[in-house]
This record gives sequence, C-alpha cells and structure tokens, in this order.
Amino acid sequence: MRISKEKCVGCANCVPICTVGAIYIGEDGLAEINADACVECHNCYRSLSFEHIPPGPTRMIRRILKKISLRFQPDPDVCPTEAIIPEDLEWPRIVRRAFSDPMVTHESTGVHGRGTEEVKTNDVSHRIKKGQVGLVVEFGRPGIGVYFREVQKATQVLAQAGVTFEEGNPVTQMMPDPGTGNIREDVLDERVLSCIVELTTTIEDTVHTLAIIKEIGKTTETVISIGVSTVCDEDGKEPLREILNQEGYETGWAKLNLGLGRASNASFTNRENL
Amino acid sequence: MTNTLHRFGKPETLNEDYIVFAMAGNGFNEEGALEKAQTFLRAAIKYKPINMGNALVNSLYRPDKNLSFLKLYFVGRQEKTTYEKLIDEMPGPGSAAVVFDDPKIVASFIRDVKKLDLGLSINVSALVDNTRDICGEVDITPHAVEYTLGFHGDTSRLPDRDTLSLSTMCGHGMVSANFAKKMVTHVKEGRMEPEDAARTMAKFCVCGVFNTTRAMRILKDSKKG
Repeated sequence: MRISKEKCVGCANCVPICTVGAIYIGEDGLAEINADACVECHNCYRSLSFEHIPPGPTRMIRRILKKISLRFQPDPDVCPTEAIIPEDLEWPRIVRRAFSDPMVTHESTGVHGRGTEEVKTNDVSHRIKKGQVGLVVEFGRPGIGVYFREVQKATQVLAQAGVTFEEGNPVTQMMPDPGTGNIREDVLDERVLSCIVELTTTIEDTVHTLAIIKEIGKTTETVISIGVSTVCDEDGKEPLREILNQEGYETGWAKLNLGLGRASNASFTNRENL
Repeated sequence: MTNTLHRFGKPETLNEDYIVFAMAGNGFNEEGALEKAQTFLRAAIKYKPINMGNALVNSLYRPDKNLSFLKLYFVGRQEKTTYEKLIDEMPGPGSAAVVFDDPKIVASFIRDVKKLDLGLSINVSALVDNTRDICGEVDITPHAVEYTLGFHGDTSRLPDRDTLSLSTMCGHGMVSANFAKKMVTHVKEGRMEPEDAARTMAKFCVCGVFNTTRAMRILKDSKKG
C-alpha cells in the first residue's frame, strides 16, 4: 500500500485507521506508510470513504485556515482526495495480505479470512473427533501483529513437545516438515496482523498442552488469543468446560456448532447411492 | 469464523451479542452453498438483524467510494445498504453472518433455519449458557463447542477496556484500537453521537459481525466515565 504525495492533503484521517499503526504524518506534513510495519490488510484503502475533491486547492485552504487557527477536517472515516493506492504484491510480501486481509482467500486451504475452518464445519468434516481437543492459538491478535520469525519460535517449541499440527491450516502449509515446527525461510521476516497455529490433542493432554502455550506466552513479544474446542456427546454435553474451569480459565463466551450441517457434494451422495 | 470467538467485554454488554453464521465445508458441501447461504440470510430479514455480511462483499454498513463535495454536504452519505442488495451481491457463500441483540429473536431465527434444513454448518457465537438455553428451546443438540480462553503473551501491549471491547467486535482487527479510541474520544467530547460512532466503526468490519447495539452501549457508558 502507498499514499500518493500528489493527492494527500495531510488530514491524518488514515493514521488511526491503520490496524497496526503503520501510517504517520511525515516531515512534509503528508501521510506516509512504514512499509516494514504495514501488513497489507487493505483496511485503509477498502474502508475509508473517498471524496474526490482537488488536492491542490484543498492544501491551500488548509494552509490559510491554519493561519487563523481554524482547521478543515473531513469526517473521520473519509479520505478527501482518494490518496490511498494499493500496489501489486509479489512473493513473499503477498503473504502479508493473505493473512491480514479478511477478504482474501488462502490458496492453500481455499478459505478466506485466517484460512481455516477449524470446528466451524466440524459437523461435516469431523476434523476434531470425539475425545479430541482442537486448539487455535492465534499470534498477533487482537491488533498487535506478528512476524513469522516470532511464530516459528513457538511452533518449534510445540513441535518438540510432540503436538500434531492441523494439516488444513495455512501456517502448517508453510512448514516444509511440520515435525520440526520450522516455517519456510523466505517468509520469516514477513509481518501479518495475526495467524493461527492450529493443533489437535486429547482431552487428557489438554492441560499439559495449554501449559506449554502459556509458557510460550511468557517470552513472546506479541499477544496470543487462545481458543479450545471439542465435540459434544449425544446429550450435547462435553467434559472440556469443567477441566478448563478447574484450571482457572473463564468459559463464558463460546461458539457452538449446532450440528445442522451435512455432506452434500455430488461425490458424497453418489457414494451413498452405490 | 474465529473472528467472533474472542470478543472482550463486560458480561452485561455481551448479553446482547449473538452472531449466527452459516458456512460450507470445503470438499463436503460447498456445491450449491451460495444459494443456501443466500436463503439463510433471507430468512433472517424478517427479524431485522442489526448487522449482516459474508466477508466477500462489504457488510450492511459500508463506505461510500463516490462522495463529492455536493453529495457530502447536500445529499448525505449512503452508509448502509439494504439486506436484499447485500444478499444479491454475494459472489460466494463465505461465512454468511447475522447479528442480533435479543435471544428471543435468535431462538425464532434458529427455529426457522432448522426447518429450512439447508445442510450448511450453523454456528452461534455468544455467551455459551445463553446459546445452550436457546438450543434447548428449539430442540437442538449441539455438535461441538469452542471456548475462548482470552488473551495471553505480552498483554501490556493491549489498549484499555472500552477500546478493546469495541475493537474486538471485528475479530479480523479491522476496527483498529486507535480508531476505536478516537471514536470514544469524539463521543466524550460531544463531537459525535454514540449512534454515529457505532455506525462509523461498523463500516470497517467487512464480515458484518460488528454489533452496533453493543457498541452504542459501550460508548454511552464510557462517556459518563
């Protein structure tokens, strides 16, 4: 992403919009983007309204008003001169957008957003089975961001502990050998808004695995959001909540998969008809 | 839609926050899923959801890319589209989501969705005890549950409680903490009404899961200090 020096009038509306604080007003009084900090989420370009007023006269009016202690200030969600311009991204920088722009679909999994279906479609995929627990460990969320080099520190520790990384997950897809937890070298210096490391364990090993993740949290330079999931029994009950509560975790907010999904692609229905 | 899992806030504001979404599983039921997702969203219209989206087009609240000086000051801004237009624009099923602030309405909507028998995975993100009550009411046995265990790591980098309550309503992080803070300040200083600030923030959440009712309550509470 870049901001056109020809179009920008320095109103600074884009500065707080930036999800990672990468936009600032430079010494020339116009907005600039710190390319290293930018995660290419496209939020500034996509979500600011654009007013198409001419930049030259607007800058002059702003200067005149400033002299008499007045200020021309557009609504806080408007770029008055459409100065934000997306750029064509190449590998490996394009990884930033894949993980940070919720409207982009991950090529490795075919899922948009963070690129994983996790337990949301478990009623048809059964990726988490009875007695298993799925963990979604999201690095950089909420709103802090993370470099893959930082994520790799954690995935290496988790791999050494013998966890199983979920295959249908975009971070796992960037590990040449998930058994090591190593992430491909060419993306390690790329920064994303957040990414999910997804693993599966058993009910019995949940507390131990969570302890490892909390230990990782003590040394990480970013924030981690943790989610844990499991499958309910025939009565809709599950043992996980009690275990978590005993460990001191609050379990108020959750996502419930209602179990109304079913596999219906032609390949499945044909199989059933054979 | 992990983006609805880590909403931060006081239980009394989370009590009026329900996200119901439909999703297809790749390789299992994505064939014909767009029409089913559209049917899901159309079924919600009669209950007037406070927000709606599917992450592949902008949500109910959206920016106006064609403003002009005359339009801005004499016509006004088009910052909310209609349910029907959003549904017609959808290029794919995505994660079709609707947001409600009343559990009775959620129960009625889920009862309708169950009758429709779409075959898509239906999830509800909310306070889990409330959702379980709704499941009991509409005779549904949930298949799976996912709990949030909150934020860990270097939490000293997180903003204050009100800001975090607002910014985490877009789990993809598109409502930045700095912007949420700016909206809180604008409301406190009387430069914006809470309703306008809530709608303004909702435009940044492309999945349409930002709860404007809850945002207004947070903004009104924060104004009083």
